Amino acid sequence: MQRPPRSQSQRELDKVEAAAGNGLLDRRAFLRGGAAMAVAVTGYATAKSAAAETLKDESWSLEPGGVSQPYEKRSRFEEKVNRTLSNPNGEPRTQHARTPHQLLNGTITPNGLHFTINHGGLPDIDPDKHRLVIHGLVKQPLVFTLDSLSRYPMVSRMTFVECGGNSAPMFSPQPIQASVQAIHGLASCAEWTGVRVSTLLDETGIDPKAKWVIAEGADSPLLSRSFPLSKGLDDAMVALYQNGERLMPGNGYPMRLLLPGWEGNMNVKFLRRLKLVDQPAMSMYESRTYAQLLPDGKAYQFYFLQEVKSFITHPSLGMAMQGPGLYEISGVAYSGNGRIARVMVSADGGKTWAQAALQEPVLSKSFTRFRAPWRWDGGPAVLQSRAWDEAGNVQPTRAEFVARRGETKAVPNVLAFPNQHFNSITSWAIDGKGEVKHVYA
Amino acid sequence: MFTPKVAALTAVIALASAGAFAEGPNLGKPVSSGDIASWDISIMPDGTGLPPGSGTPAQGARIYAERCAACHGEKGEGRPPAYSRLVGGGPISSVNAAEKTIANFYPYATTVFDFIRRAMPWAQPRSLTNDEVYSVVAYIFAENKLIGESDVMNAQTLPKVHMPNRNGFVARFPERM
Repeated sequence: MQRPPRSQSQRELDKVEAAAGNGLLDRRAFLRGGAAMAVAVTGYATAKSAAAETLKDESWSLEPGGVSQPYEKRSRFEEKVNRTLSNPNGEPRTQHARTPHQLLNGTITPNGLHFTINHGGLPDIDPDKHRLVIHGLVKQPLVFTLDSLSRYPMVSRMTFVECGGNSAPMFSPQPIQASVQAIHGLASCAEWTGVRVSTLLDETGIDPKAKWVIAEGADSPLLSRSFPLSKGLDDAMVALYQNGERLMPGNGYPMRLLLPGWEGNMNVKFLRRLKLVDQPAMSMYESRTYAQLLPDGKAYQFYFLQEVKSFITHPSLGMAMQGPGLYEISGVAYSGNGRIARVMVSADGGKTWAQAALQEPVLSKSFTRFRAPWRWDGGPAVLQSRAWDEAGNVQPTRAEFVARRGETKAVPNVLAFPNQHFNSITSWAIDGKGEVKHVYA
Repeated sequence: MFTPKVAALTAVIALASAGAFAEGPNLGKPVSSGDIASWDISIMPDGTGLPPGSGTPAQGARIYAERCAACHGEKGEGRPPAYSRLVGGGPISSVNAAEKTIANFYPYATTVFDFIRRAMPWAQPRSLTNDEVYSVVAYIFAENKLIGESDVMNAQTLPKVHMPNRNGFVARFPERM
């Protein structure tokens, strides 16, 4: 078959230098290529644009549109962008709702799509009757209402929250063919606004014997976790707002504990009690659920930290490539240790790597969007991303990770949590037909 | 341009407002331990916080059958992963959390009491009396051979129950604690 003649923009693109094998281009190519690059980028799932189309007015341009709503809903064409639910009928067990990373972009998770895990359903809390009590090893126990907390000096910060069990399907000895939502959907990122825990402890005073804090929610299981007082005096917050509005019910309305960078379960929702103590309570979630079995039979205790991680969202399993051409590889990176320092991307299963562009602002303990231009030649490729944080930690390969932490003997249910704190590289393989599969590479 | 005088005045104002912020609005209402009592249910691994009351495995067997067995099985075999196994569980042979049980994993007996008291039964949390919680815990521990058939569980005996995996843990980031 004869190839069509190459356009001026395609000839310009050909000059952009390769940054790594199998078509990865320099991360600055989009800037340098300018309009030529913009025209040439191909979408993942949308139909190819017709070569020539006579433009005409559609019906919505020929009459006034609908009425504004007090609380706006998204376009009816976006109604399929949803969280996936592990327990849609509310059976008497935990409910998980996973964020559809493959259908989002940027770094902020919309409130209706932020992941949630609730162990006792969603409590219907009347904010006027909700109370937060701070007691134990303090000089003066105090009780706060939502109204009174709303008058304290507030802080806002972007931060991700990630379930300790996020990415658990990758403990499987075989790669489970599941979307990025199913594998990594228990992490989200929002701007949280509230009162620093240290501000409230200034008011109660602290007995020098206090070393830990027990946090407890007002949900039916009164979910309870212990955290070191040092974290409480560092960047812990009683969050009242999520992306500018009051917290969503699933995220702890009317107030939640926020421990930036630490295991999701510790960010106790529906927060009603902080008790200062001299030792951890060894609650069920800290002594059983969030203690991770190790290959030698011991178990980690008090992992707390969500370590450096990244994954590619575009393309990812479930998307189809639309023929050879220029694509943008994109994904999110984050670390509980601070800022993301660098993300490298590979198109040949980790043999060669190109540096991805990081979207500014790069914020501590927040999602950082990375992007890398890639010319897919239509042949097989294995896409990977690997992140470094400012503390110098690097995301391990899967082989490195399971050598230390182990993997399950059999393939687990994709919804199960055989183990936790999995942060290795994710690999998406693209075959000659443009289909994306999950592989271990 | 600010004159030096204006700059000095600005600095004074800045200091003053920083001082006001450090004080805070003082809107927390003092509360007595009596008023907190019904919420103050935390139990420490050494038994601090355990309430008065007691129960035996035989008493617990009846309560278990009525209030627990529907989800956790007649003999505590559970229906994992949602309804945990409460009795049995051999030595852990893999990194799969499904293998964790009271007998082979929990480091402290107090955790079992604390969780049942705060969260169980799932549909009617905190509907068991303290005696009933002690009894159910006694039944579960006896079925796991952690205590004898006629041992009484109370605030003194429960924290002393030897949990086989007590020393099976390592702190991941000890410097953070």
